[in-house]
Amino acid sequence: MRLDLILRVGAKLVLPFILLFALYVQFHGDYGPGGGFQAGVIAAGMVILYAIIFGIRAAKQIAPPSIVEFMVPLGVLIYCGTGIVSLLLGYNYLDFTGFHPDFLRAHEWGILIVELGVLVTVSSTMIAMFYAFAQRGRR
Amino acid sequence: MSAMTFLNAVEPHLPILLIIVPLFGALMATFMRSGTVAWFISLVVSVLVALIAWKLLNTILSTGTPIIYKIGNWEAPIGIVYKVDQLSGFVLLVIAAIAAVMMPFARRSIAAEIKQRAQPWYYAMYLLCLAGLMGIVITGDAFNAFVFLEISSLATYVLIALGRHRRALLAAYQYLIMGTIGATLYVIGIGLLYVLTGTLNFDDIASRLGPALADPERRNAVMAALGFAFVGVSLKLALFPMHVWLPNAYTYAPSVATAFLAGTATKAAIYLLIRLLFTVFGVSISIETLPVPQVLIVLSIAAMFLASFSAVFENNAKRMLAYSSIAQVGYIMLGVGLACLPVLAATTDASPATTPNNGMTAGLVHIANHAIMKAALFLALGAVYYRIGSVLYKDIAGIGRTMPLTMLAFGIAGLGLMGTPGTAGFISKWYLALGAIDTGWYSIVFLIVASSLISLIYIGRITEVVWFREPSAAAAQAKEAPLSMLVPLWILALLTIYLGLDTRATVDVAAEAAKVLVGGIR
Amino acid sequence: MQALETLATHYNYFITIVLMISGLFIVIARGNLIKKLVGLSLFQTSVYLLYLTPAKILGGTAPIYNPAYKVYSNPLPHVLMLTAIVVGVATIALGLALVVRIKEAYGTIEEDEIFSKDPDSE
Repeated sequence: MRLDLILRVGAKLVLPFILLFALYVQFHGDYGPGGGFQAGVIAAGMVILYAIIFGIRAAKQIAPPSIVEFMVPLGVLIYCGTGIVSLLLGYNYLDFTGFHPDFLRAHEWGILIVELGVLVTVSSTMIAMFYAFAQRGRR
Repeated sequence: MSAMTFLNAVEPHLPILLIIVPLFGALMATFMRSGTVAWFISLVVSVLVALIAWKLLNTILSTGTPIIYKIGNWEAPIGIVYKVDQLSGFVLLVIAAIAAVMMPFARRSIAAEIKQRAQPWYYAMYLLCLAGLMGIVITGDAFNAFVFLEISSLATYVLIALGRHRRALLAAYQYLIMGTIGATLYVIGIGLLYVLTGTLNFDDIASRLGPALADPERRNAVMAALGFAFVGVSLKLALFPMHVWLPNAYTYAPSVATAFLAGTATKAAIYLLIRLLFTVFGVSISIETLPVPQVLIVLSIAAMFLASFSAVFENNAKRMLAYSSIAQVGYIMLGVGLACLPVLAATTDASPATTPNNGMTAGLVHIANHAIMKAALFLALGAVYYRIGSVLYKDIAGIGRTMPLTMLAFGIAGLGLMGTPGTAGFISKWYLALGAIDTGWYSIVFLIVASSLISLIYIGRITEVVWFREPSAAAAQAKEAPLSMLVPLWILALLTIYLGLDTRATVDVAAEAAKVLVGGIR
Repeated sequence: MQALETLATHYNYFITIVLMISGLFIVIARGNLIKKLVGLSLFQTSVYLLYLTPAKILGGTAPIYNPAYKVYSNPLPHVLMLTAIVVGVATIALGLALVVRIKEAYGTIEEDEIFSKDPDSE
């Protein structure tokens, strides 16, 4: 735990790029390969890697369990909320036409928000699952 | 005025609200820290869902044309559509109504059976399960049905695992294994259909299967698809040899969860099987390629007898009712199986479009009747469990003296289960017998009566235990169940009688659905 | 010879079937609860292959519109399987969580030992 200097330095070098890559995948999801699910898993992977190398206590400081647990339903709420907004705008559920006068732009926006919800839920679910299994029986 | 305009604006979106409302409720419940608040959310949501389902069914029955809702406004083969026709409207209302009626019961029962911290999660999972079940029934897309099937199943596993006894965990695990295999087999079937037809929309698959079947090379793939999907869904609905997960799951789940699952979860899977057999494959295809109706009838009859025998020798009241559920699923599937048959003979007289099919009517009516009766029985046991903490025969002996109102409702629902004239159960069996006579399988009428006699034994046995035995120590101390438990219980018990006397609510709707379903086949 | 040729041209289907059968076999034959989940996961994975095999079109590129390409793979099965993977992850996670709880409650994850600790009669 204390001697693995290479791992620690290496991880610190890699971690920001993992997050950056997650964001890259996230923001290309609306018109290219990628999207919230993949990005969420990558982002969660960053936290899990951090937890494996620096210990779960340190990981809980950057991603506190209470916030993680709050984010799980929050992401679904963002997703469903987008659908509700389109209902309120007078269109069908998840029909984003009302978001922007231009049809394509409107759908790009709609999918972007939906993907954001997916990102929030997937990343937090993965982290929450990791926490749940990792700390079981150690308390 | 503004309320009217609001309702008018909402009306076209009712199908999707049926899913979003419980989903939102589930999310809200997860944010709550108090079980009572989460319960209140669930109550409001359940009632709202039942009202929406009621409104949808009424619209369908008055207009006669299916309600189609396009998600994201994408047309059918490209986007996912929700489709409410007579059949799905009927099943939606049954599930939603059962869920709503038992909500008042849930608060005290859950507060007593589940740890404080887990209570909001129970309600969240319950609402998620409700959303999933609604989704299975309302969707017109085969893969979407799988996703909803898994949403409801995953929530169900958690509901079961929340049971008090440690065997609840094992029961949930076993159900998880079986349920996942079932769902995966269903996906394999759907995948084969997708490869064959290039679409996942139920109606679209149906219209494109004809050419696939004419081609002898692709014919085998159609048969494989039917086999996979049939077995997969049968696992979920606990058709006889695939029922092993059910007794433990129902026995160890929290009382309210058992009542909810027994009333609704298998019904949604039954709906999916009916949808596959009649809308997607069409009875004529199933009969030509695979002896589906014969298999269904044989397995149903086996369920009616073997599961009933197991129920007779059971000493745990909840497990006894679980076995009885398997037998009752047998009755429903027997009706469905019989509904496949007359089409063979109907080639001579082209009447199925005008006269409702009795077998299908029986199956559909029994979906509603069994949901009501079994929910009442499990709720009564839930009330007993709430008072004395056990449902073993040795502990509930003589409980009728201290909890007469609860056990009277139990008795009424039990009479219904046996098919006593004047109760809802009789109506189902009457139409089932008519369906058997229509198809010329007269021996089935005899078998229906014989299996009813077995249910007389197991209901009679528990009746003897609760009314005529010396009260056990626990039973002598018990008090009558609280009002919040008695009211839902008696609503269901009285419905059992009412639906046995006035059949307009169930049989007419079911006959209408059966007419559309069986009549619509090429 | 014919059989070999079928094997060579349809190898992806054979892999799918082998995975499917071995997954089911592990679920049925193993008494260890975690091994059962491994089998279940394998079984589900075979379905991903079943869907993806016909979706890939030889010479087809990723389904992003580009005037330079004429042939695209079918994106729908990929998206469907993404959903199925999510469902699979959720199922396995829940299954493992149950196994952890079972281990805490019974002290073992071998099916026969659990059954011997809790006789059916209660």
